[in-house]
Amino acid sequence: MIWAAVLLGSLGCYLEKLFGFILPPTLLDRPMIRSVAALLPIAMLSALVAVQTFGAGQSLVIDARLAGVVVAVIALLLRAPFLAVVLAAAITAALLRAFGFAA
Amino acid sequence: MTRSPDGTNRPITSSAIGIGLATGAYGLSFGAISVASGLTTIQTQTLSLLMFTGASQFALVGVLGAGGGVIAAVLTAWLLGARNGLYALHLAPTLNLRGVRKPVAAQLTIDESTAMSIAHESTVASSRHAFWVTGISVYVLWNIGTLLGALGASAIGDPAVLGLDAAIPAGFLALLWPRLSDRTAWAIAAGGATVALVLTPFTRSGVPVLASALIAVLAGYRLRDRA
Repeated sequence: MIWAAVLLGSLGCYLEKLFGFILPPTLLDRPMIRSVAALLPIAMLSALVAVQTFGAGQSLVIDARLAGVVVAVIALLLRAPFLAVVLAAAITAALLRAFGFAA
Repeated sequence: MTRSPDGTNRPITSSAIGIGLATGAYGLSFGAISVASGLTTIQTQTLSLLMFTGASQFALVGVLGAGGGVIAAVLTAWLLGARNGLYALHLAPTLNLRGVRKPVAAQLTIDESTAMSIAHESTVASSRHAFWVTGISVYVLWNIGTLLGALGASAIGDPAVLGLDAAIPAGFLALLWPRLSDRTAWAIAAGGATVALVLTPFTRSGVPVLASALIAVLAGYRLRDRA
């Protein structure tokens, strides 16, 4: 099942890129297409942040992940690079759990 | 690839390598997070080799890891990858590709190569050079980073103990951050997160994130004359 997702997902993402080189560039003249494609990552990445921070199956919970994300925000405000942001979040959550401060 | 005799492409090449190194560093976190989400090292590496678009890759493994199922994972990855098609449409006249270069360039069409190409649009030659060197540099280093991250995470144990489950939302946040450039973007981000959280208790895992795409469609429709 995971392989199906990996291969189907990859095929579709590749075709999206390839179609851009094959289809007529006049498609770009349609403002609706341009604005939706530009806005999709904003809405969906934000949804992913929310769900991956609070989601546990179908419930919403507050646990060490939230502290990790708060530290990630601080790291981003300090213009830390990607890897540092992700590491800071992971270390925060791991420490809180190790000392029993959060689930 | 294009070269200019006076060496003006050299600064472009060195920034392309810098971008590749930075991307490689987050390839490292992708590799680790993917393995922590339940994919094997080979599946993880296949994503970086074949899908090669970071946000879609992170989303696919995130949705799968949360139990969202194949269909939701694939649709989420596709929707996030749609912008690459737009980049290709924009780049096509400048790159003016023939033969085997077209399918190769397609695979290298991502945020970084497009941004570098557009930043050097002053001449066609430098714009093409920027696209190719950035695309190749990011492809190679993203894949090396993925491999190291996946092997590293395979060698260590429980993702929750290491806080890797907190690394996942932090990774998405870091991808989102540079896109929050104005109030409209913030409003759309708030809308997407709200829709997803409200739907979480009532829908299968994976559906809330897909539903957030509707916010982008509605906002895109309303803002179509401003784009």
